[in-house]
Amino acid sequence: MVTDKENAELMSLPTAELLRLAPFAGDFFSSLGLELPDEGVSTADYFASLDAELLEDLGLERQSLSGRFTAFMELLENLKCGADNACIESITIRGGHDKSGRAEEFDLTVKPGEVICIVGPTGSGKSRFLADIEWMAQGDTPTGRSILINGAAPDPSRRFSIEHKLVAQLSQNMNFVMDLTVEEFITMHAESRMVDDIPTVTAAIIELANDLAGEKFTPQTPVTALSGGQSRALMIADTSCLSTSPIVLIDEIENAGIDRKRAVHTLVDKRKIVLMATHDPILALMGDRRLVFKNGGIATIIDTSQEERANLVRFEEMDAMLGTVRNALRNGELIGKMC
Amino acid sequence: MKLITVAGPPSSGKTAVTIKAIAALQRDGVRVGVVKFDSLSTQDQSVYEKQGVAVMSGLSGNLCPDHFFVSNVSDCLAWGMEKGSDLLVIESAGLCNRCAPHIQGVLAVCVIDNLSGVDTPKKIGPMLKMADVVVITKGDIVSQAEREVFSYRVRQVNANATIINVNGLTGQGGHELGKLLLNAPETPDLEGRLLRFSMPAALCSYCLGQRKIGSDFQMGNVKKMDFT
Repeated sequence: MVTDKENAELMSLPTAELLRLAPFAGDFFSSLGLELPDEGVSTADYFASLDAELLEDLGLERQSLSGRFTAFMELLENLKCGADNACIESITIRGGHDKSGRAEEFDLTVKPGEVICIVGPTGSGKSRFLADIEWMAQGDTPTGRSILINGAAPDPSRRFSIEHKLVAQLSQNMNFVMDLTVEEFITMHAESRMVDDIPTVTAAIIELANDLAGEKFTPQTPVTALSGGQSRALMIADTSCLSTSPIVLIDEIENAGIDRKRAVHTLVDKRKIVLMATHDPILALMGDRRLVFKNGGIATIIDTSQEERANLVRFEEMDAMLGTVRNALRNGELIGKMC
Repeated sequence: MKLITVAGPPSSGKTAVTIKAIAALQRDGVRVGVVKFDSLSTQDQSVYEKQGVAVMSGLSGNLCPDHFFVSNVSDCLAWGMEKGSDLLVIESAGLCNRCAPHIQGVLAVCVIDNLSGVDTPKKIGPMLKMADVVVITKGDIVSQAEREVFSYRVRQVNANATIINVNGLTGQGGHELGKLLLNAPETPDLEGRLLRFSMPAALCSYCLGQRKIGSDFQMGNVKKMDFT
């Protein structure tokens, strides 16, 4: 928390000094459409000196400015140390009931580094399940589920704090709507996270993404020119390094253009809880557990057995074989008799 | 009765998210009324009717839609009460990004969408900056990074608002938005209440129907660009 006293101090600092203490404070002015004050002028004096007509045009009230400034500095503060999520040791989903009112009899506790698969037909309640986690339901959603963080009910204020979002979602139908290069794009994201060494982090993310993607791309590639696999790889690398959300939801990683197994391992290495909505045999068996959805509720929780896992070797061989054929097709080769 | 103003740029999903929130409220037995403001025509009346909501449309025609809104808002409130609503949503047209139909002491919601781009939060005036609840839509079609940057930029210009993501198609978040709407204070009447911000001035010859271009025809509140 930024106290009133601290805030008054910040506001009386000359701008040059303020920016030295809080480099991102400059965004406060630009986000409201104001010019940066002169170096020697304090924020308080600057507010007092602003032309009434200018404020009217910008849709701002002078008396609201210092309150806005405090709130903004608090936001910076929260984001800086916002990695509160780093201390998430477990998330528990306490069962509610399905659409017919049948009780879900389980308490499911998941921990960083675990991979949980979600299976079930369309409309079986998978989205609602995620919404429950996202909202940190406390028996107040249609399913009656409750979410506990580190074994206790979370503080209600967490529900709306953007720096404490529980779930980062890497969906299949996502697009980039910005016309930026890969480097500009990641830099922009890193800036919004107030990362210290932005160029290094950005370079590391791009390298990691290239590692995961089948076909390479450069920092100068426009994000809109990336293939599906490359986009996925970039977002997985980006989320694993920049997102503060402890849970990452992925739906079905497509077969082409990305190393699926390594993609999942990347997230696990970064201590994410990976939720995967998938019916892909290899991915599904990589999970520690799978939640089976039926009629709006979780019908069963299956621990992946050794016996099931043993199949992975075969499935991977089959997958590698299909991969070879895919590459051969891409290179214009003929496909002979396979087995 | 509780009153809520919903504003947002055109096609940001105001009606879609309002419907999803209403559907959740109706399941809990809350009676909801809606007044929809638009400028030329609106198809939303039937969308709301289908949802079983008492609905009234107001078309501003050649008047500024937000000025039209203020002139009629007290009557809207009276209408909502007469219909026996527990909660009345007034959805405004939201056109010039400078307007804001938000009223002091009345829950103010602003709906904006991820597709409008990460620079949009800066471009929207009091409609966004003075809202109590900001609903961000169309999150399902942009990347996680863009979603995070977008909500951060919203937070930058309105650090005190409650930000909530709602999907107007699947309804994800609609139930939660409904809960927030229920927190709106009771509004028994609006006489003498203040708008949160003044409406943009509109008193030049063009407001009065002038169509000719040229300095001879510009009168009243005219502002010139500085090209120097």
